[in-house]
Amino acid sequence: MRNRMVVVEGSYAVAHAVKVCKPHVISAYPITPQTHIVEDLSQFAADGEMNCAYMNVESEFSAISALIGSSAAGARTYSATTSQGLALMHEALFNASGMRLPIIMTVVNRALSAPINIWNDQQDSISQRDTGWIQLYAEDVQESADMIPQLYKIAEDEGVLLPAMACMDGFILSHVYEPVILLEQSLTDEFLPDYSPEFVLDPKNPMSFGTFADPTTYTEFRYKQEKAMGVALKKIEEVAIEFSEKYGRYYGGLIDGYMLEDAEIVIMAMGSVIGTIKDTIDMLRKDGESVGLLKVRSFRPFPADEIRKALKNANVVITLDKNISVGKNEGALCTEVKACMYNNIDASAPVIGFMLGHGGRDIPISTIVKIINKAKLVEKGIFVESEFADLREDLA
Amino acid sequence: MSLLKPGHRGCAGCCDALAAKFVLDALGEDCIVVSPTGCLEVFTSPYPESSWGVPWIHSLFENAAAVASGIEAALKAMGKMNDTKVVVIGGDGATMDIGLQAISGAFERGHDLIYICIDNEAYMNTGIQRSSGTPMYANTTTSPAGKASFGNPLNKKNMPAIIAAHGSPYVATASVAYAPDMIRKVKKAAQIKGPTYVHVHAPCCTGWKFEGSKTIEVGRLAVETALWPLYEMEKSEVTGVRKIKNRKPVEEYLKAQGRFRHLFTMEGGAEEIKKIQATADWNVKHFGLEVRELKLMKK
Repeated sequence: MRNRMVVVEGSYAVAHAVKVCKPHVISAYPITPQTHIVEDLSQFAADGEMNCAYMNVESEFSAISALIGSSAAGARTYSATTSQGLALMHEALFNASGMRLPIIMTVVNRALSAPINIWNDQQDSISQRDTGWIQLYAEDVQESADMIPQLYKIAEDEGVLLPAMACMDGFILSHVYEPVILLEQSLTDEFLPDYSPEFVLDPKNPMSFGTFADPTTYTEFRYKQEKAMGVALKKIEEVAIEFSEKYGRYYGGLIDGYMLEDAEIVIMAMGSVIGTIKDTIDMLRKDGESVGLLKVRSFRPFPADEIRKALKNANVVITLDKNISVGKNEGALCTEVKACMYNNIDASAPVIGFMLGHGGRDIPISTIVKIINKAKLVEKGIFVESEFADLREDLA
Repeated sequence: MSLLKPGHRGCAGCCDALAAKFVLDALGEDCIVVSPTGCLEVFTSPYPESSWGVPWIHSLFENAAAVASGIEAALKAMGKMNDTKVVVIGGDGATMDIGLQAISGAFERGHDLIYICIDNEAYMNTGIQRSSGTPMYANTTTSPAGKASFGNPLNKKNMPAIIAAHGSPYVATASVAYAPDMIRKVKKAAQIKGPTYVHVHAPCCTGWKFEGSKTIEVGRLAVETALWPLYEMEKSEVTGVRKIKNRKPVEEYLKAQGRFRHLFTMEGGAEEIKKIQATADWNVKHFGLEVRELKLMKK
C-alpha cells in the first residue's frame, strides 16, 4: 500500500529520506538554513530510529573530513550544509572526489557573505562547480527528498564512485510546509542496495589512500574522474527511471521539459524557480505565446548533448541564474549553455542570460514576464547579452 | 620485517621514519593510520608505491584528527571496530598549528584514537620554515638569525598541556632517541580507552643541520639537558617522569646543531643561551627531573 501524503516541512522530508537510506555516519555543523535537517536527523538518532553514528563536529571542515574517513572505512555517509559552511569545506571537497568517496550531502542553497545574508540564492554550490562533485538541483520538496536515495544509488555505482550534492533552495524549500509522500522504508530497501565498496581501510587487507602522485600519474587521476562523470551522466537518467518505476514519481533525469516541444522561447533554470516559471508559462500560453521551459536538473555532470537536442527548435533561449561570476557579468548556467551551443550545428538560437533572486530577493511571475518580453526584442534586433533582471533602480 | 616497508624516500637518519617504525612496532597489524600532509606522507607514498604495511590514509594537512574520528565512528557504527586501533601520525605543523582545531574537536568528542605528534620543530617538508613547535632562537628559513635577530623569538607551544586540558586519559612525551620508552608509551596509549596522545621529539638532521648518523645522539642530548622532559600524564596529572642523572648544560645540545650556531658566533649570544638554560631549569623544577641524593640522617 502506498503512503498517504502528509504536510511536513521540507527539511523533515529530506531528513526522513536520509533515514530510510540507512547511513552509518552523519557528521554536520549547524548553519542556517540547514539546521532543521540536522535537528530532525539527530532526533531520529536520539529516538533510536536510526542505527547510525551522529557526529556533532566543531566545524563544517571537520564535518566533511570525518566523512572522508568514514567513507574510506566503507561506511554510507551523509552531511548537510550551506553557504559559508560549504565554502569552508572547499579544500576537502576536492579531496573527497579525488579519493572517489561517494559521500552524499544536501546543500541548502544560500547566499555568500559579504554582505552577510542568510537567504536563498545558488552562489554557494555554483562556486563549488569544479570540485568533482555531482550536483543535482531540486524543484520542490518532494524532489529534494527523493533525490537522496537516487544520489546514493548513482554515487555508489562502481563505475561512478563520486560524491554528490543534493541542492535545494534555502527557506523556499527547506522551511516550506508542503504535502509530500515520505519515502517508504520497504520500497527504499528494494530500491537501494547496501553499500559494499571494493576498496576500504581494512587491517586484513591493507591499502593506501590519498597517496602522493607526481607529474607521471596525476593527469590520469583527473581523467578517470571525468570518465566517471561520463558514467554518472547515464546513471542519473537510468536511476531516475528506476525510481519512477518503484515509487511512481519522475522529475526528469538530467533535464526535463515543460511545454518545450513547440516553444519558440525557451527558459532554462535550476531549482525552486521552476515552479514559478511553469505558472508563468501556463498564463502566457493562454494568451497564445509560444513559451516553454527546459529544467536543468544535473549541473554536474553537465548534460550538453541533451540540452542541445532539447533546444533544437528554439528561436531564443533565456537562462536564469541565482548566481554571478563577478567580472563576467554572467551566471554559471548562462556561461555553460552558451558554451555548449557554440559548436552546435543543429541549433543556433541566441542565449540571453538573466541574473536574479540574489540573497533571497523574491522572483514573482511579473519578473519572469518582464524577462520574456525583453528576450522578444531580439527579433527586433535589440540584443541583451546578460544582465540583472530584478535591480532596484533606487539603489543601483 | 617492520610494517613500515623499506624503499621509502626518507633522508638517511630521518627521525620521521624511525618514529613511524616504532609506532607500528608498538601497534602491530591491527591498526589504521591517518597521516596529515608532511614529510612522512610524501616519502612513504609515491604512487604507485607505498611503504605502509597497514591500512593508511592521507587526506589533507589540517584534518587528520577529524578523518581519524570519522574512521572510528564508522567502524563502531558498522560493528567492525573489534580491537582495531585508529592512529594519527602527524608532524608538529599539522598538529600544533593548522590542525589544532580538528584535534580539539576529536579529543573533546572522546573518540577511541591515538594521536602521535612527531615533532621535528619546523615545517621540514616545505623547507624548514618556523612552526609553533620551533624552539626559541632556532634558525629557520622564516625565522632566520640576522644582525637584528637571534632567530625564532618565541617559545615552543606547550601542546601536551593543551591536550591534557581536554581531559585526555593519557598524554605522554617521548623521543625517537629512547625507543623502548617510546614504544612502551605508544602501547600504553593504545590500551587506554578514549583519545590518547604521545608527543615525540624527533631531531631532523636536514632541518637542524647535523650529520644523519647523529639523530639519536642529538635526541639524547635534548633529554639529558632537560630541554625535552619525558613525562606521562593521566587525566591532567603528571604520573611519571624520566629522571636525569648528571644533567648536561644546554650548550652541549645547542652546539651539536647548525640551527643554533649563530648563538655561539654572534655578539650577545652567550646571554641569550642563558634564557634557553632557564627553560631547561624550569623543566627540571616543574617536572621534578633531577635525581636527589638521599642523605641518611644519623640518629
